[in-house]
Amino acid sequence: MFHIYCPYCEEHREEEEFHPRGQAHLQRPADPENCSDKEWGDYLFFRDNPRGIHHELWVHSVGCRKFFNITRHTANYEILETYKMGERPSITAETLAADERQSGVQAASGGWQTVGARPEDEALNTEARA
Amino acid sequence: MSEIREFDCRPNDQTGAESPLAWSFQRGPAPAADAQAGVTLRESAFMGHLILRGGAIVLDEAVREVLGINLPARPNTLAVDAKGERSIQWLSPDEWLILVPGGEEFVLEKALRHALGQAHFSLVNVSGGQTVITLRGPKARETLKKSTPYDVHPSAFPVGKGVTTIFAKTSLILRQPQADCWELIVRRSFADYVYRWLLDAAAEFGVTVERR
Ligand SMILES: [Zn+2]
Repeated sequence: MFHIYCPYCEEHREEEEFHPRGQAHLQRPADPENCSDKEWGDYLFFRDNPRGIHHELWVHSVGCRKFFNITRHTANYEILETYKMGERPSITAETLAADERQSGVQAASGGWQTVGARPEDEALNTEARA
Repeated sequence: MSEIREFDCRPNDQTGAESPLAWSFQRGPAPAADAQAGVTLRESAFMGHLILRGGAIVLDEAVREVLGINLPARPNTLAVDAKGERSIQWLSPDEWLILVPGGEEFVLEKALRHALGQAHFSLVNVSGGQTVITLRGPKARETLKKSTPYDVHPSAFPVGKGVTTIFAKTSLILRQPQADCWELIVRRSFADYVYRWLLDAAAEFGVTVERR
């Protein structure tokens, strides 16, 4: 059992009080009548399944019953951030990659999976990341 | 004035009404009176419960005008009037629970609707759907610790706090309006279950049930 910070209750609550509701920030096609079957199918059925940072929609179903977003790491389950509906995440795969480049440390966010290993060959690393 | 049709849910004739725990009191387990009991349990039956929804800015003035209580804007807080009889609790950013002595709820509902006029809000009388169980005594906190994962330590749960949380595999509103007085607001259909759970959980501390 672990605790999740609800941005509306403004405190950590027991995981049991929450339910996940899948990928966050889905954009419904603005004009469903005139979008292609592929666009509509993508919206309706297809979801990302990344190894690394994932933005998810959760609901505090037993507490305030509000939906909110969680940025979670799918490999180590770490919750990096929770934020309200309508807000943008401050931590994304891109910001995390930039942080890593700056510190020269590899975190398990896709591409190279060795935590704490300093790459000997930067070119090789970029290749793996691409 | 609001165009909503209102009606008083509380019968004003002699129709017998039964509280959600009436059956449990009659048929269920009844611990013998015990002056040394660590936990004292009581049902505050037939209170007026209203759910008020809308934006805090819209509701605040009307609530203060009609009830004389400031709308609690901070999450998980509770505002009680000077007598300790009426209260408003934050349930979610746009939802509050108003608890008043039984019989006042319809008058209050009408007054609030009048004060709010055409504002965007919702007000529902849920008095029939839930009841209040109060828990007192030196072991009340211990009993709660056995029942909910929520931290009820004084540093985490001071007087004036109230939360909706998991309790004994069900959910309820847990609040502490005064020192050493816990209120559990349970749904009618779960009242008997929660009552039996509490009797069982508090048995080791000695438990007594106050009847009206
Ligand atoms: Zn919440």
